[in-house]
Order: sequence, then structure tokens, then C-alpha cells
Amino acid sequence: MSAILPPSERLWWKQPIDKVEWAWIAIAFVWGMVMFAMMIYWHIYGKQNLSNEAYKTTPEMFAAKAEKFIAENTIRTEKGLNGEDIPVAKVPAGGAGYLIARLWAWYPILELEKGQTYKIHLSSLDYNHGFSLQPVNINIQVIPGYEHVVKMTPTKEGTYAIVCNEYCGIGHHSMLGRIYVK
Amino acid sequence: MATTYRTCPVSGLQFEDQAEKLMRWNAVAGVLALLAGGITALLVILTRWPAIKLLPADQFYLILTAHGVDMLILWIIFFEMAVLYFASSTLLRCRLAAPKVAWAAFWLMVVGSIMTNVAIFQGESSVMFTSYVPMQAAPHFYLGIILFAVGALIGCGIFFGTLVIAKREKTYSGSIPLVTFGALTAAIIATFTILAGAGILLPTLLWSVGIIKEIDAQLYRMVWWGLGHSSQQINVSAHVAIWYLIAAVVFGAKPLSEKVSRFAFLLYILFLQLASAHHLLSDPGMSAEWKVLNTSYFMYFAVMASMIHGFTVPGAVEAAQRRKGYTNGLFEWLRKAPWGNPVFSGMFISLVSFGFLGGISGVVLGTEQINMLMHNTFYVPGHFHTTVVTGTTLAFMAVTYLLVPVLFKREMILPKLCQIQPYLFGISMSVLGLVMMGAGTLGVSRRHWDMAFSGAPFQYEWPGAAYLMMGLTGIFGVIAVIGGGLWILLVVGSLLFGKKLDGGKVSDKPTPLPANTQAASAVAHGHDHVPVPGTVVLALLLFVCFVLYYFVNWKYLSEVWLLS
Repeated sequence: MSAILPPSERLWWKQPIDKVEWAWIAIAFVWGMVMFAMMIYWHIYGKQNLSNEAYKTTPEMFAAKAEKFIAENTIRTEKGLNGEDIPVAKVPAGGAGYLIARLWAWYPILELEKGQTYKIHLSSLDYNHGFSLQPVNINIQVIPGYEHVVKMTPTKEGTYAIVCNEYCGIGHHSMLGRIYVK
Repeated sequence: MATTYRTCPVSGLQFEDQAEKLMRWNAVAGVLALLAGGITALLVILTRWPAIKLLPADQFYLILTAHGVDMLILWIIFFEMAVLYFASSTLLRCRLAAPKVAWAAFWLMVVGSIMTNVAIFQGESSVMFTSYVPMQAAPHFYLGIILFAVGALIGCGIFFGTLVIAKREKTYSGSIPLVTFGALTAAIIATFTILAGAGILLPTLLWSVGIIKEIDAQLYRMVWWGLGHSSQQINVSAHVAIWYLIAAVVFGAKPLSEKVSRFAFLLYILFLQLASAHHLLSDPGMSAEWKVLNTSYFMYFAVMASMIHGFTVPGAVEAAQRRKGYTNGLFEWLRKAPWGNPVFSGMFISLVSFGFLGGISGVVLGTEQINMLMHNTFYVPGHFHTTVVTGTTLAFMAVTYLLVPVLFKREMILPKLCQIQPYLFGISMSVLGLVMMGAGTLGVSRRHWDMAFSGAPFQYEWPGAAYLMMGLTGIFGVIAVIGGGLWILLVVGSLLFGKKLDGGKVSDKPTPLPANTQAASAVAHGHDHVPVPGTVVLALLLFVCFVLYYFVNWKYLSEVWLLS
């Protein structure tokens, strides 16, 4: 009986399984169940779960909602590379903020407060993008046609970068956004 | 169709003429794809190495697309076709079903490969291996992959047909060998996978020529990964089958239990299909329930299968060695293993690296919430370079040292270099995978041209450790490319200049597998049971690493912003 020959025992399925093998199978099985339960446990007791709230949308609809949010909440502007104004929108505590992903920018700059909970609406106006918050290292896929409402509570003050980590063309590496946490 | 059968004097294996030629041609096509993939790998590495940054952005993304397609699709699947023909026609001593159709399938795959590569190098299809819509490639990019996939699907059909013929013509008695069973698993998964691929790439092709107006970006990701991830599960099944094959050939090892090993393969068939979810864990469009159930392969039953193989393969080797008298202590069987034989060393490094690095990182990465720490970071390619490369590719390289003399009737040239190649490639690639995962843990993105974000309106400075990891990625990446290049050189060199070996006698009729061949009698041990304490220790070590690393990542997760 070798792995490249037909089993020498014709009734191989009637051969007993050794105790050690049974033990290892049992360990693997129980460990699988632990890992499975862990994900469910974290949904109940953990504090880092990705939101289930998402809606179908269109680039036009999402852009309109985001522009309205920016118009109502801009507190100042910063200069971009070519001297253009980039609005800094302060998201109302406990309220909703909008973040547009598009070729090749995250728009606008968001300002949050530590310890407050925000509903950040994420969507893309063109290709897939990747919301990668650094140096916290939270990574969320941003897909055109889907508005993802992610509840976030910043735990530390600072200036954070949003790296795009889904390949989106030639300018991908320059797609860097910003979030301030005061 | 008249055909002949050759019995190899070295191995006792019997090769049917058409199957043998198909195996050779598929293997050679695979090696050519590996060569293209290797050259592009070097360019990718030298660009991501921050100190060198060789290519401009547009060329980098083009080359990265080519690297993904040539390695993950073309090299692996061409070689797998050879494995399927070997596991059916050769191991069952049977003629190949419909050899003309098999040739048509091969040429379809060749045409598809060339077409997709042409599309990529024309520069209008730098969409990455994944080609997420609505980013659009040239129509012949999709068409090439479709043709290739159709060819591969036909190849699977030939494999199934050959099994049927072998059964009908009674070329063997009893059940098919375990290795053939593993190949059957691979072929069944391949069939599902390729159908999923057709389900998304056909509409995408129509969309690229303007017939379909829009494809939902989330739907694309879900169905595409039914191709993209499941096709890596073909690899797992194929390389696990090769581990068993090598253990059988080098040690005369028999499976500890046919029942357990086959059951583990069956679990692959039942649950590996769900893996598409691994890529959608941080997506908006699926519910948490869907993610949890699918990402765990329905409660980790496929992970359990891999853990079983991870025990039974070294266990079979240990049992065989102990029967030969290497019974001192826990590990004499391993110390006295033929470490100078590249067939064995390649297989064993493949086994260890796949288990400890690729396997553990894959499960952690595929945990629903933990995925947010790693999604689309450099961790992801770090993970799959320790599964598809040190796992599958290294296993394929190892078995090639066996196949060159047997299938191509040539002696390997430069045996000293053959001895070191698996170590050079396997170890450098394992370290490469580790440092890539390290960089990913620090947040560094995959598929990203510039860590310094030139041209961005803001600045972000990665931690110094991330630059260190990327520098190490460069160094070990170059060593790995040298190790891979050395393999290509040795194989091609042996095919061209190796000493010709006697092919053995040729007959018009197949010799069926006798109930007790010489090969079988050498390994027929009856029911004697050999304990395998060394394997138990190794398996427990794996388990401890697994548990620790798993919970460390939950700890990391608990420290980030609160999300709900």
C-alpha cells in the first residue's frame, strides 16, 4: 500500500484509525470551532466590528449628499499641491460625515473628536479604492455604487493619513487623504 | 488511435505515448510561463525596494499585472495539467481519453496565454490579475484568459474520462491510488472554479466591447474570487497530492490511513469553494453572517483538512523511516532523511513553509474582523507567497527533479547545484513572505508604486521599521528570484544537455497494475502499526504557534479605533 498504488487493503475504509490520528483530528476540529466561535463572540462583545450598514447608490447621488455635507460643515480650508482649496469638514459629534473616494483623492479632509462616535459614509465615484487609515491600520474596501456607513470612534488624538490601498490607476500612489482627531 | 506504452526502467512507471508527450509539453509551457513570471518578479521587487525604485509607475503596474497572470494562472495551471495526466494515465497505467482533444485543449491554453500577455504588454490592460471592474482592460485580455480556462476545463474533462476508461478496462484493481484521488479533488475544484470564472469573465468581455452596459462592482468581486481564490485551492489539492507522491517514491511511504487522508481531500471538495469570501471581508456588500460562515469554510472544515494532511504527510514519512530502522529518539527519522536529495528537501521545505507560514497567516487573514488589519496590505501577497510559492511552486519544483529523468529521460546536470536549489529558493522565499507580512502588519499597501506618496497633497511617513521590512523584501526577493532562475536553468539545461537515459522497453499493450508489483511488495507492510511521536511533536508545535499568533492578532485588533 503506497500513495501511488491502489490501496492494498481493498476495504481500506474498514481499517481502524489510530488513536493519535483521532486525537489530532479532534484537536483540529475543536480549534476550528473555537476560531468560528471567536468571530461570533467578537460581534457580541468586541468593539471592532465592520458595519453591516450599506446602501446601493450612484456616483451622482453620493456626490450630491457629500457636497451638501461639505457645504454645511466646512470650518476652514487647506491648500492643495496646486494651490486649490481643500475643505476641512468638522463632522458633528455623533453625526454623519461623508468621504468621497475618487481618482486620485480622498475628499474632503475630516475633523473628528476623540471619544465621539461618527457615522462615516464611504463610497467611490469611479473605480474600487481602499480606505487604509494610518498609522491605526484599519482597512476597508470602497466600491463604486455602494454607500458604506461605518461607525467609528477615534481613541487617540492626532493627524491621520488615509492611504488608498486598492490599485486605481497611474496616480494611485498619490491618493492620500487626511483625518484630524482633536 | 494506436498508441504505445513505455515502462521506465528507473521508476517502473508506465507512460502512454500521447499522455507522456502532453505532460512534457504542458510542463515546458509551464516553465516558460514561470520564466516570464520570474523576470517580471525581479522587476517588481526592484521597484518596491525603496532604495532602488527601478521602474516608473505605469511600467510597474504593467509588469505587476503580467507577474500575477503568468505566475498565478499560467505557470501553475500548465503544470497542473501535466500532474492530472500523470495521476490518471501514468499511475493507473491507462491510455489517455481522447488525446486529440487533449492536444486541442493544450493549444487553446497556449493561444490564450499569448493573447493575454500581448494585451498586457501592449499597455492598455494594466488592471492587475484581479481586473476589478469598472477599470477596463482591452477585450483580448479577457478573451485570452477565457480561452486558457476553456482549455484547462477540457483538460479536466480528459482527466475524468481517463479515470472512467481505466475503471472500465480494469487497468487497476480496487480503489484509485491516494495521489490520483488528490488529483481528482484538484480537478473537481478546478471545474467549479473555471465555471465561476466563465460566469464573470464572459460578461466582462462583453462589457469591454460595449455590448453590456454595466457590471456591478461588488458582484464582480464576489464571482471573480470564485475563480481567483478557488483556483488557489486547486493548487493546494495538487501540491498535497505531490507531497504524498514524493513521500511514496522517496521513502516508499504509505499513508497512515487511507480513510483519513481521503476524507481530508473530500473536505476540500465540500468546503474550499467558499473561499471567495476571504477577499470580501472588508467589503460593504455582504452581511457579517455571510462573511463569518463563508470565510471559515463553513466552520473551518477545510482548515481541519489541511491540518490533517499536515500531520499525515510527515507521519507517513516518519513511519516509513522508522520501519527502516531509524528509531532512535524523536527525530532520527528526520535527521537521517535524504536532505541532499532535492526531491525530498524541496517537498519538506514546502510542507513546513506552507503549514507554519502560509497556513497560519491564511487563517488569521481570513478571520472576519482581523481582516480589517490586513486587507489589501502587503500582508496579503506575503501570505500567498508562502502558500502558492513555497507551497505549490516549490512542491512542483521538487517533483520535477523526479520527473526529468523519468519523463524526459535525461539525467539532471550539475547535481551539486540541484542539491542547494530547494534550500536557496525555499528559505529565501519563506523569509520574503515573512518580511512582506511584517510590512503589511505595519500597514504598507500592496500594489503600490511609491511609499513616499510623491505628488500627494499631504505627507505621511511610514515607520522606519516598514522601510526596513521593504528593504529586506528587496534583498530576499532578489535571492528568491536567483533560486527560481537556478531551477529553470537546471531544468532547461538538463533537457538540452543532460545525459540521455534509457527509456525502457516499449510495448503496444499496457501492462496493467498487478495486484502485487515489485514496487508494491517493497512497501507492503501488512497491518503493522508504527507510532509517529516525532510528527506528534511537530504537529503540536504548529498548533501552539497557530494559537498564539491567532490571539496576538485579536489583541492588535482590540487596540485600534472602535468600529461598529
